[in-house]
Amino acid sequence: MPDKQIMLITGTSKGIGRYLVEYYVKRDFEVIGCSRSPVDYEYDNYIHFCLDVADEEKVKQMFSQIRKTYKRLDVVINNAGIASMNHILLTPIKTVRNIFNTNVIAAFLFCREAAKLMQINNYGRIVNFATVATPLKLEGEAIYASSKAAVVSLTEVIARELADFGITVNAVGPTPIKTDLIRSVPEEKLEALLARQAIRRYGELRDVSNVIDFFLKPESDYITGQVIYLGGV
Amino acid sequence: MDEKKTIIQTIYGVVDEVNLQQPDNGQLEKSLDTVLFGQNGKLDSLGLVNFVVTAEQNIEEALGVSVSVSDERAMSQRNSPFRTIGTLVDYICILLTEAKDA
Repeated sequence: MPDKQIMLITGTSKGIGRYLVEYYVKRDFEVIGCSRSPVDYEYDNYIHFCLDVADEEKVKQMFSQIRKTYKRLDVVINNAGIASMNHILLTPIKTVRNIFNTNVIAAFLFCREAAKLMQINNYGRIVNFATVATPLKLEGEAIYASSKAAVVSLTEVIARELADFGITVNAVGPTPIKTDLIRSVPEEKLEALLARQAIRRYGELRDVSNVIDFFLKPESDYITGQVIYLGGV
Repeated sequence: MDEKKTIIQTIYGVVDEVNLQQPDNGQLEKSLDTVLFGQNGKLDSLGLVNFVVTAEQNIEEALGVSVSVSDERAMSQRNSPFRTIGTLVDYICILLTEAKDA
């Protein structure tokens, strides 16, 4: 294990992604982040790429740069994701394509390109993001929930495909956390959702990093293909 | 022709890297006729994945061009480009030509 692990996080301009950058740079990771827009913060051990995470060409260019600079990649956290609350009868196809592009295509691309780098050192940790909207079958989130169901299946299958390369692949499924992702969800819908959790409170950012820390621990090399939902869902 | 020689040498470099992880009776020979995968091939499916990924990375380093050897065309061809080192080299030449023409 090198002194500093190299970690890539997607969707680092705000919300959970921004929090994870701060959290892991303080824990001595070399962190690479990406989002569509530049970020308004900087750290000595952080570099940022501006790109559309579903653009295969741009993603490959970024990974090529990572390979040239660091010669390795140890951790990928596929945090970037979008949602849009709509009844199915009012959901435009453009919304469907956007959500699947960002949530599924991007996750697939980053898993694939990261694994190519990780297999060089026979070591890697991939953490994907699921959502409690999937097991709770949350009305209004058909496309978001189904896109994240795809991420869960992706996680479970590639965990088996990548095990022999020393790469674990797991997912964390957050409950509602007060970020922009749920900004436009009516309060009463959120309260109804919290009521369905075993632990009835909003998730905190530390709840997410707590689970990710578990997945990243060297002792967690026997943990793969798992999805941990927060709040007891 | 120089480019093809570079590709061949690069693939032979991949052979060296992959052989480090192959058993004694699974060592690949540096020859265009060496069968990679399929009947009489020395690589299992995981070994082929490793070979292809390493080849893509090394080709990019050697020639500064990113090629995707495992594209949908390669996967659907009747005669697999991964059959021998020679077929793989020929396929990479095609991909590089297409990349330049694009």
